[in-house]
Amino acid sequence: MNTRWLLGKLGAMTVTLAFVIVFNFFLFRVMGDPTSQLARLPQATPQEIEQLRADYGLDKSPGGQFTDYVGDTLQFDLGVSQRSREPVWEEIKDAIPWTLLLVGTGTLLATIIGAWMGVAAATKRGTRTDDSLLGFSLFTYSAPEYWIGILLILVFAVWIPAFPAGLQMSPGVEFSSWWAEFTDVLDHLILPAVTMTLFLLGQYFLIMRSSMVDVLTEDFVVVKRATGLPWDRVVRSHAVPNALLPLVTIAAIQFGLIAGGAITIETIFSWPGLGELSFAAINDKDFPMLQGTFLVFSAGVILANFLADCLYFYLDPRVQAR
Amino acid sequence: MSEVRHLLLGSWRGRISLGVVGLFVFLAFFGTLIAPYDPYASSLDLLESPTFSHPLGTTENGADVLSQVLAGARVSVLVGFAAAIISAVIGSAVGLASGYFGGWTDRILDSLENWFLVIPTLPLMIVLARIWNPSLFVLIVVIGLTSWAGTGRIVRAQVLTLRERAFVERARALGAKDRYIIRTHILPNTLPLIFANTVLIVAVAILSEAALSFLGLGDPTRISWGTMIENAFDSGAPSEGAWWYLLPPGLCITGLVLAIATLGYLFEEYVNPRLQEVTTI
Repeated sequence: MNTRWLLGKLGAMTVTLAFVIVFNFFLFRVMGDPTSQLARLPQATPQEIEQLRADYGLDKSPGGQFTDYVGDTLQFDLGVSQRSREPVWEEIKDAIPWTLLLVGTGTLLATIIGAWMGVAAATKRGTRTDDSLLGFSLFTYSAPEYWIGILLILVFAVWIPAFPAGLQMSPGVEFSSWWAEFTDVLDHLILPAVTMTLFLLGQYFLIMRSSMVDVLTEDFVVVKRATGLPWDRVVRSHAVPNALLPLVTIAAIQFGLIAGGAITIETIFSWPGLGELSFAAINDKDFPMLQGTFLVFSAGVILANFLADCLYFYLDPRVQAR
Repeated sequence: MSEVRHLLLGSWRGRISLGVVGLFVFLAFFGTLIAPYDPYASSLDLLESPTFSHPLGTTENGADVLSQVLAGARVSVLVGFAAAIISAVIGSAVGLASGYFGGWTDRILDSLENWFLVIPTLPLMIVLARIWNPSLFVLIVVIGLTSWAGTGRIVRAQVLTLRERAFVERARALGAKDRYIIRTHILPNTLPLIFANTVLIVAVAILSEAALSFLGLGDPTRISWGTMIENAFDSGAPSEGAWWYLLPPGLCITGLVLAIATLGYLFEEYVNPRLQEVTTI
């Protein structure tokens, strides 16, 4: 890989990350009144409030608060949750793998199914297959993802009790083997992962369809066809790999959208990831936790953008030639 | 004008979408008047399945689901359109300034746009709504402030091409001021694009309002479809099998968003001829 290109991208990513950290400070300290966090102690004496202000570093000048904040953030010290009294970063660290599991499974399934549906629709443009796939994807695109998740719970956990309605594993169970634990988590993962897939599927399908329609009109497809290669071979071995490019990179860039989906989907399935942490923080006005999860979501988007750039560089020789 | 009529009424998709949007706008004004019950009034018929007196059943407080759905149209339609207008104003202003003036103005405004495109939107809306305490006004402002970047990007691209066109060059050569050129040449040629994009933003804004309300950040004094789903979920409607409470608000959101998005795509296809060959939505 081109070192100069990589260094440039890394530099740009660092600058954006720095902006995120500064923005986060202003968002919570300047736009929000930090003393409102202390209002939950109505009976506190002035000395106690003074003590709390000192604990949070609020007695310092804005400049001093800012340097403190930047220093702490760079050392992953994101403050203490007001709800659990645990360090925010500890809770976030425990939640990240669960969110990655849910988001990863959903993204993978949505990419595969969306690509497959997109190819089916693009090669049969204007037919009934195309119309029904378009209709289905526009419906899932317009329907709130948490509502779809709740309907899945209603049908597949209540009416037909096939799957658990929430949590990531059965509570209070001693698992006899790692296999038993694995299948239990898998069982709990299915409904939230299907919801996440349906949430992303419509968009991935539309991207794949239009990208495939574009590729099918390109000269190399006509040439391949003219050499006498069967049509389905032309589609499978030549058109699809080219049409996949935008889908794969957009799937990575869409991480910001996924962050929003994770919040609502994790909330309805009590899935112990970053989204559920944010939801609990909304309800409890737990500002340090809200600030921490927002920081991690933003950093996740920037990291995903960077990885998407690298992936595109690796996959598309035209970018490397430039 | 006849072109617009043909665009909206020429296809069954356009006709149905226009009908659906018209119905919900009507409900936004008169929904509370035609509702059979007071949507906020509780009764002793708790979580009852549909009957003749309650065609869509009752809520966990014994309120009439149909009346709540009819009343809920107001918040969705109001927030959707108001937030989209704020977003259109900011997006057009930023896009116009950035595309027309170029240089440092463009660099700064363009980074601002990129910034808002990168930041995860729903988490940002949540943070702002939480900091400012939820109300209808806060919802509108928060959604409007966070969803303009796409419009800005599109307007900027259009202005960049307009700026170099002969009629603009001519006006400038004749000594026209920037304000005059923007008002008489740039803006009129950008408005159709802004309009098509704003229609799509309305759909996004309605979904955002529903998500924020579902997460408990809606206006606590007004019923909306998002709050209905939240109340239904919190009161255990799924485990009670209360489909009559869960289905209607979600179907309303989906139907309205789908109809508005379809109109948006029709407009976009119309104002952006390049799309006509590729997109067939």
